[in-house]
Amino acid sequence: MDIKLNNKKTSIASCTLQELAQEMSLPEKGIAVAINNQMIPRTEWINTPITEGADIVIIKAACGG
Amino acid sequence: MELSRTQKQRYNRHLILDGFGDEGQQRLLQSKVLIVGAGGLGSPVSLYLAAAGVGTIGLVDGDQVSLTNLQRQVIHTTPDVGRSKVDSAEEKLHAINPDIVIVKHEVYLSEDNALDLIQPYDFVIDGTDNFATKYLVNDACVMLNKSFCMGGISRYSGQVMTHRPGTACYRCLFPEPPNIGEVETCSMVGVLGSIAGMLGTVQATEAIKCLAGVGEPLYNTLLTFDALTMNWQRFEFPKNEECALCGKHPSITRLKEYAFQPCCKKK
Repeated sequence: MDIKLNNKKTSIASCTLQELAQEMSLPEKGIAVAINNQMIPRTEWINTPITEGADIVIIKAACGG
Repeated sequence: MELSRTQKQRYNRHLILDGFGDEGQQRLLQSKVLIVGAGGLGSPVSLYLAAAGVGTIGLVDGDQVSLTNLQRQVIHTTPDVGRSKVDSAEEKLHAINPDIVIVKHEVYLSEDNALDLIQPYDFVIDGTDNFATKYLVNDACVMLNKSFCMGGISRYSGQVMTHRPGTACYRCLFPEPPNIGEVETCSMVGVLGSIAGMLGTVQATEAIKCLAGVGEPLYNTLLTFDALTMNWQRFEFPKNEECALCGKHPSITRLKEYAFQPCCKKK
């Protein structure tokens, strides 16, 4: 299905956030994911379906200062 | 306390500012802010907070100025290379505003000194360059019921969030730091110097808003910035009731396991 991923139109196979994390090989720590500007806690990824056209942003914790 | 004649001149643009005024300025003058890290973020934060008249500014940094710092750490200059960062910063801040007190803490924040260093201050700025100290600032501030603004930059992007007691903390968003092998430090992947200014001035603005009592700080919100697209985005996240630090059943109840690993430093 087509979604917006990090502000780019992207085709994905996953149906839930958990599957998307696996599809993208996201690391286990230091990553936050938002759908339509709402952060989704990692514990809820497995129960969070992805719908056509969803606006998903993956945010990496930045340590620089 | 009545503002002096020179204070009325110096802070005139705040005093005439709708919603700020004498009251907001007085609050700033009576405030104490601790800035952890006098580097990329700490430079603009300290310059603007000094100019704004924050009465006491504490600086925590055990590092010395190096040539690789000067691309983004704008409070330090070429002749400062080799000097301690807190000495170099103090000199500039005093030149901008002799009205304020600068307290130098020439040490790295650690699990042993964090609570004592932070305790006397009203607000804390995280401008550190490594996850160990970011989590230490977060945890110590939550334990002490202190407000803080956390900033992070990497490559072409940056992020900022603000906390006050009762709102989401950094661990609500990122429960744990990345594994060591996945950490990208500025000395590994680089950072666009000017974004330290963009994110640092956001942090300074957040501190001023919190202290003067104006506007809506970035509570329960992560503000991100991408320089390549000039996109600013806001992401809402509630306090996590399962948070190991500030949730209903916290497992982190004292400071521990923060092996100090400066990661943005010169080699």
